[in-house]
Amino acid sequence: MLKRRVAIVGAGITLFRRRMLETGKELSFEASKMALDSAGLTLKDVDAVVEGSAPDAFDGVHMKGEYLLDGSGGVGKPYQRVFVGGGTGVFTPIAGWWNVASGFHDICLCVAEEKMSPLHPHPQYAFWSIFDQILERPLGVTLLWIFSLEMRRYMHKYGITEEDIAHVAVKNKGNAVDHPCAQLGARITVDDVMKSEPICWPVKRLDVSPPSDGAAAVVLASEKTAKKLTDQPVWLDGVGWTLDSTHWTNRDLAYPEYLEKAGRMAYKMAGIKNPRKEIDIAEVYDPFDYKELHHMEGLQLAGKGEAAKMTVEGVTQRDGDLPVCPSGGLLGVGNPIAAAGMMKICEVFWQLRGEAGKRQVKKDARVGLAQAWGDLMQVGTVAVMRS
Amino acid sequence: MPGAIDALLPLRIGIVGVGYSGFDSMTPGLSTRELMFEAASRAYEDAGIDPRKDVQSFICCTEDFWEGISITDEYMPDQLGAVLRPLCTVSSDGLVGLATACMHIASGLADVAVVESHSKASDVLNPSEIMSFALDPAYTRHVEADPRFVAGLEMARYLKDSGTKREYCAEVAVKNKRNALSNPRSVHGARLTKDEVLGSQPVATPLTDMEASKTIDGSIVFVLANAQKAKKLGNHTVWINGIGWNSDTPWIEDRNLSRATYAEQAASQAYKMANVRNPASYFDLAEVDDTYSYKELQHLEALKLAPRGKAGRMTSSGVFDKNGRLPVNVSGGSLGVGHLLEATGLHRVLEAIMQLRGDAGRMQVPKARKALVQSWRGIPTATGAVAVLGN
Repeated sequence: MLKRRVAIVGAGITLFRRRMLETGKELSFEASKMALDSAGLTLKDVDAVVEGSAPDAFDGVHMKGEYLLDGSGGVGKPYQRVFVGGGTGVFTPIAGWWNVASGFHDICLCVAEEKMSPLHPHPQYAFWSIFDQILERPLGVTLLWIFSLEMRRYMHKYGITEEDIAHVAVKNKGNAVDHPCAQLGARITVDDVMKSEPICWPVKRLDVSPPSDGAAAVVLASEKTAKKLTDQPVWLDGVGWTLDSTHWTNRDLAYPEYLEKAGRMAYKMAGIKNPRKEIDIAEVYDPFDYKELHHMEGLQLAGKGEAAKMTVEGVTQRDGDLPVCPSGGLLGVGNPIAAAGMMKICEVFWQLRGEAGKRQVKKDARVGLAQAWGDLMQVGTVAVMRS
Repeated sequence: MPGAIDALLPLRIGIVGVGYSGFDSMTPGLSTRELMFEAASRAYEDAGIDPRKDVQSFICCTEDFWEGISITDEYMPDQLGAVLRPLCTVSSDGLVGLATACMHIASGLADVAVVESHSKASDVLNPSEIMSFALDPAYTRHVEADPRFVAGLEMARYLKDSGTKREYCAEVAVKNKRNALSNPRSVHGARLTKDEVLGSQPVATPLTDMEASKTIDGSIVFVLANAQKAKKLGNHTVWINGIGWNSDTPWIEDRNLSRATYAEQAASQAYKMANVRNPASYFDLAEVDDTYSYKELQHLEALKLAPRGKAGRMTSSGVFDKNGRLPVNVSGGSLGVGHLLEATGLHRVLEAIMQLRGDAGRMQVPKARKALVQSWRGIPTATGAVAVLGN
């Protein structure tokens, strides 16, 4: 039985770029400041701070949460860093949710930061160290390898083509043209995606999101406080997360069961019985174009193997019946790991308040969803929000 | 914040299951995951639960660099029985994980939650370099010294500002290592004199080798439940009545090195929740961070268990001995048992639970009803947590 309702009352974001001159602390500061300013608050009003950031290996800083502490406004406050790989971005406001819903704190600042550029020559090298030391690392394996396996399996199981999947990249990069922070907004065609350089077949250059630096933040408040702060609170009514087994080789790669379970946890909490009908907009995690489809199915927003058809038919466009990634997603806005998930939370917040400007979806959106994914294709994090 | 915590009172979350494994300087026969499996199996048995059905949240406290793995939560679910269940990493000391479990239960998200933390320090070939990687990359890391120089600086400042005699710090090591000889979990118990402690090799002047805790391996798992569930689970619940955590600035140069401000703040939150008005007379025992000898004194003062500048003299006069007015680290603490990296806070909770359950054997403090536990995350942090426990 949940005891307290929690609202998002402010959001902030930095530019997403391949290499930012700002340090991780500075990026955290900029996003936090914008979020607090938008809520009409200062750091003095904040009771607790949650920071989300993915592997320490990007920065080469041990206990990265401690390092980012002052940039995130955590000095002299109860401060937690939470971490579930690529799922961290959506998990950070979930951690804020329990800080407030528990009654421990009234106002919680949630900051997600990622600076991937310090790792040379390429941040992909950090991902080598996520694999099993004995069984997998000797293969020199990268994340792209296992995702190409997953994409291939998904295509095979449901008879989906590379062209079908490419529609996601075209839509998201196109949407990102309207996002002021976007790194890779572009008007491209399915043909452009198909002709782009294969990185690890069937994953091609334009199927995958870029490495990025950036930060995003939201401010959470208890119901009573939120109503004093704003006329337009966005309620964080459902949260869910689960982790699947470490042994990814033993899983059904065609269907993300962990995400189905995480989604059901969040839907149950938010009282959502039919997600496809009740969810108005979804910021589904799209580090690869096929993942958006895969995740829509896990989230019960599409039947198994049916998300591609919905995309090709335009259902997931901004003016469609179920806009997916109206922000431009990771494929378009960029993928600073933890910050990318938080960017999705920010987007749903702005969409539900009607503040998304040129990105505003056509339908009257009242219920939104943000989702992230990570680890060894194993974690799903889900947040359901209502205006 | 005050308003929020008032609404929460009284905090009453039960620790209904306890399991641990390892507690040795090396555990070559077990992998990290096997250590966790042993500890978890014992904790679930102790609580009488099935993790696959009865637990709504699993929390692990780990740091990537200690594990030698990026994104360590990937490797946590299977051995905890947490596959396809809500599990997450809180990158902090185990006591912050315990606080997280309390929030999951207080919010109504979970009736039963599990917290795990571990150390497999014997797998770490270069602990000193890893500690150095926590120093600021631009301003501090280039100091090519054992990173414990930070402790040496802090100790010198604490001794000067508090007027504490140097030898009092050595007496902390003597007390804790002696206490540890009665603890079956201890690895570094010893009967020493203060001159032997003072005469051991310097780590970072004035800190000596015997005043710096040594890492050991181990895993600790707790099962927590709300008050209603706790009545049905296990048979010797220990209650968390207050918990707090806090951080001072990450800039070593900007801190007041003589005071453990983070512990003062964390204690003030925990005391408020548990309605502790006079900490110095409230507790029957305390398990306080003693990663380095002087830290115990600094922390005792921050926790208001000793007036400022008096903790050393009180230690010397036996106030904090096993038979003293307030036994502190009767388990032997980190100096006597060993340091468990991020599991250190949970180790202190474990020792306090043994006391409150009356299961502490030769260490048992008679009529132990209320215990204080405090943790610190180690160099170079100024982050710590405090829990108020009762039976």
